[in-house]
Amino acid sequence: MAFLEYMYRNRDAVIELTLGHLQLVGIAILAAVAVGIPLGVAASRSATLKFWSLGFANVMQTVPSLALFGFLIPVTGIGGRTAVIALALYALLPILRNTCAGIAGVDRAVIEAARGMGMTSFQMLIQVELPLAMAVILAGVRVAAVTSIGVATIAAAIGAGGLGMFIFQGLSMVNNNVILAGAIPAAVLAIFADAALGWIERRYAVRVGRP
Amino acid sequence: MNREPLIELRHVSYRLPAGRALLSEINLTVCRGETLVLLGQSGSGKTTLLKLINRLLDPTDGEVRIEGRPTTQWNPIQLRRRIGYVIQETGLFPHFTIERNVGVVPRLEAWPQQRVQARTLEMLRLVGLPPDEFATRMPHELSGGQRQRAGVARALAADPPVLLMDEPFGALDPVTRIGLQREFSSLASRLGKTIVFVTHDLREALRLATRIAMLEEGRLIAVYPADQFTSAIEPQIQKFIAAVRDGDNDLLNQEQ
Repeated sequence: MAFLEYMYRNRDAVIELTLGHLQLVGIAILAAVAVGIPLGVAASRSATLKFWSLGFANVMQTVPSLALFGFLIPVTGIGGRTAVIALALYALLPILRNTCAGIAGVDRAVIEAARGMGMTSFQMLIQVELPLAMAVILAGVRVAAVTSIGVATIAAAIGAGGLGMFIFQGLSMVNNNVILAGAIPAAVLAIFADAALGWIERRYAVRVGRP
Repeated sequence: MNREPLIELRHVSYRLPAGRALLSEINLTVCRGETLVLLGQSGSGKTTLLKLINRLLDPTDGEVRIEGRPTTQWNPIQLRRRIGYVIQETGLFPHFTIERNVGVVPRLEAWPQQRVQARTLEMLRLVGLPPDEFATRMPHELSGGQRQRAGVARALAADPPVLLMDEPFGALDPVTRIGLQREFSSLASRLGKTIVFVTHDLREALRLATRIAMLEEGRLIAVYPADQFTSAIEPQIQKFIAAVRDGDNDLLNQEQ
């Protein structure tokens, strides 16, 4: 258990880099949610917008993460800002896609009834479509957050800090203990984020029983 | 009966964008306080006709008038809130309690909270769902028949003059269905609502209707008072009645 000893000796660095990691991911996910959910709602109203926005998010997903960081450097420079933008672009697809899927999955009879009751399009969205789609949307956010925690380790390559610092350092030193000092906290973060978002999903997503 | 027309369809046709006609040249008047049943097989255009009344669809030809005004001149939101709507799978909002479901339209109309609540409880009692037991339940905790009652309560909550009902009892077992039909028919005559009721079930039509309008393939065959319907002269109606009767006879013969 030599890596535990290494982590203990460097505990200040571990804590600092973990918090930095969390910050990168947190800001990126917030940005992706702020863009992805409204875009998903708009896309569920317009087939053209759905085609182009999902296409864009899909393409972003296929670009290797290191390459995406590289492409952004000439535009936004090195450091945290670039890393956050790249992470947000990655997180966009699951959030956008699940927002579209969640809204499309709302029972037709319920939509029909809502229109028949005289709800405006906005009332339908707020009172019916979003609450009923929320479980699916939150599941998308959860996937985005967990993958972002993994991808964010690469952000160290462009000077954005985070737990990737240990990993890259360990790789260059050919020292597994140093690599694990970055990899293990990242894994723990991912598990923790998954559990926390899972709890939110259960707590706040409307429970809809099937008869 | 008061013969004042409340809903009038004049030369109404509805065609899909691709050109297929779902309804052709419908002329029909529904008078205040009557229950008009639209009877026909699946695909005869009954549901489409209903949707033209609350402006979920606009006619491609002709006009639909509500209280003398063409639907195209009504604000669709205002119009729909004046028309109760009950559909087969009820379309109760699965994430709202029964109480919240029933109070939807009054809330949309921004009634004061207390009035919404009083009205909701009154409606639940009216349809035979004791509020103590049912108000806080979720739709999936109710049986099919109870959900249908809640659907009716919701449609009645804002006291609309018109009710549109699209096979509301279609998914229920026969015993529950007959019970609800009985209750509903006495409720309807008590409340004096104008009701347009869609069904493919001849017995349901005879049980509930003031008048029956027979539809076939998007055309209105004829309209009869309910008690004269079985002696109608139109061959399409005779065929429909005979088909139902033959079905019954086959069953009875098998049992012997």
